[in-house]
Amino acid sequence: MDFLVFQYPMITLQACLDGILLGVLFALIAYGMALQWGVMNIINIAQGDLVILGGYIAYFMYLYGIHPAWGVIVAPVIMYFVGIAIYKLVINKVVDRDLFISILATFGISILFMQLMNFAFGADVVLANSGYGTTMLFDNNVVLPNSKIFSAFISIVFAICLVIYMKKSKLGRAIRATAQNARAAKILGVDTEKVYAATFGINAALCGVAGALISITFTIHPYMGLPYTIRSFMIVIVAGLGNLPGVAMSGMGLGVFEEFADYILGTEFRIGSVFLLLVLILVYRRFKLSRKREYLK
Amino acid sequence: MNKNFILYAAILIFGLAAPFIFPAFKVQLSILCVLIVLATTWNIQGGEMGYNSFGNILFYGLGMYLCASVQVGMFFPLAEWTESGGEKTFVHTPTQFFQGMAVGLVVAAVVPTIVAGLIGYSILGLRGHYFAICTLGLGVAAGEISGGIEIIGAGQGFTTPPFPNVGSLEARGEFFYFLSFFTLVLTFIAVRSIYSTRFKLILNAIRDNEDKAEAMGIETMKYKIIGWMISAFFCGLAGGIMGGLVGYIDSTDVAFDGREMGVFMVLMAILGGKGTLWGPIIGATIFHIFKEGFWTFFLGWQYVALGVLIVVIVIYFPEGIMGWLREKYPERFGEVVDEKDRKAQVELK
Repeated sequence: MDFLVFQYPMITLQACLDGILLGVLFALIAYGMALQWGVMNIINIAQGDLVILGGYIAYFMYLYGIHPAWGVIVAPVIMYFVGIAIYKLVINKVVDRDLFISILATFGISILFMQLMNFAFGADVVLANSGYGTTMLFDNNVVLPNSKIFSAFISIVFAICLVIYMKKSKLGRAIRATAQNARAAKILGVDTEKVYAATFGINAALCGVAGALISITFTIHPYMGLPYTIRSFMIVIVAGLGNLPGVAMSGMGLGVFEEFADYILGTEFRIGSVFLLLVLILVYRRFKLSRKREYLK
Repeated sequence: MNKNFILYAAILIFGLAAPFIFPAFKVQLSILCVLIVLATTWNIQGGEMGYNSFGNILFYGLGMYLCASVQVGMFFPLAEWTESGGEKTFVHTPTQFFQGMAVGLVVAAVVPTIVAGLIGYSILGLRGHYFAICTLGLGVAAGEISGGIEIIGAGQGFTTPPFPNVGSLEARGEFFYFLSFFTLVLTFIAVRSIYSTRFKLILNAIRDNEDKAEAMGIETMKYKIIGWMISAFFCGLAGGIMGGLVGYIDSTDVAFDGREMGVFMVLMAILGGKGTLWGPIIGATIFHIFKEGFWTFFLGWQYVALGVLIVVIVIYFPEGIMGWLREKYPERFGEVVDEKDRKAQVELK
């Protein structure tokens, strides 16, 4: 345990830049979660597993000789239909029910996906090599892989496209209307069932993009899903639903926190520190609200 | 009451005789007892109080580590023990083993209770899904962090003291069976007596409407913490026993195994029926039989089956077996049903 981080500004800078580039990806996943949480009032524990599945799609393209960056286009298309299928099979039966039921049902999906991926792709840690090289900054003191910059750029592009789509398109308006008041939207002729399916599909597609980018930048493994779910949950509760700049900022903040935790505590405590941070944030929020005799809703 | 007494006596006699009737299944029966304890205690705050926790695994794992550490640490240096791994340089004599186990179980029960009190004070103010996800995070964090601590074996695991040679080969199985069965009986008596007091009504009031319960002058926080502490007490005890039974503790695969045990206890309680006394017991028994069958005949596919099972149970049987029985035979549960009312309901369906 050394605190080189504070003695050498370059290491700090490196950690910050790494964290920000990583955080953009987290923000993309969290945006999907916020979308379906806001519209359907469901917390999807399988979010992280959808991400990993998207990653495997890109990895397979890499195995078959296609450049994994194309996964950014292919993965969301496939994942959209996976999302629709999950919605039709499971989610539409739990939408209006108790929240705990949806948590447990998606937990079941998560376990199922983990194991199916383990069967299909093996339990190895894999990585789709993009061959993008690295960028050196500040007299070669800061090393940034180009794949990270690429992934952050693509995430931002997708996020902007989605925001415009939600603002301008008919479906986007229907989704926003359903999020505001599902019953009123139904009365005014919005097919909420379709809207829910599309929302879940879009969420899965976003996860697919993020997963493809993660497989290029970092590594993927069938059992790595849950931390992504927890990260996106944390980002959403810090930022609040429907607060897009907040999601982006807290995503980057989380990325930076993780990089520093990695440097200071050591890699073995990285995931643990993410989960602990979630608990601490919730506890902080709870005590802050309990002064006003309120609670997190 | 009289009928119930005969039932309890029959179960008790069966429980005491079981290891001699089915000598090959002693370990399975012990695990069943532990599972029932976990499901029943999950039901205290999950079913009766309405605070669905994925984090009871925290107390279970804590109890497991504490019991084994105390058992070793009382007589030998703990660090050297974990370093030596499977090759034992120290051997417990029978007296040391049982003394260590006794003290270890006490510690394994008391410390998680205190931890539950402290954590409960911090997080029981959260509600609904925030509480569920927070406890899920706690369980996973505990697993990840304990996997990084050297003195309890870190990633390589912790071998619990092997059962001493007391002359009989059957002794180990019988010892752990009776230990877990005794814990089960203790849990059942405790839970049953809790459920016949005002405390249970308070827990139900919290589940049904916490704000109203508070407005009626119930100190909800106090009762929530007590409810969780009771749960933690038995979870820790069950964990301690399970550690000795399995013989090997790994941070994420045995102790803080959120993917298996942490989900099992929720699933068993829901399968049997949340918020009933017998539900978790029936649920755990059925689940254990199903699980063992699946784990034996479809090895490799067990998690797929588990995932499907969770989804199916949660979507189609959220009320569980007891809930289904209650709907079908409400008179048996002491509910007075108007015949006209019932017919109307049938027609509505």
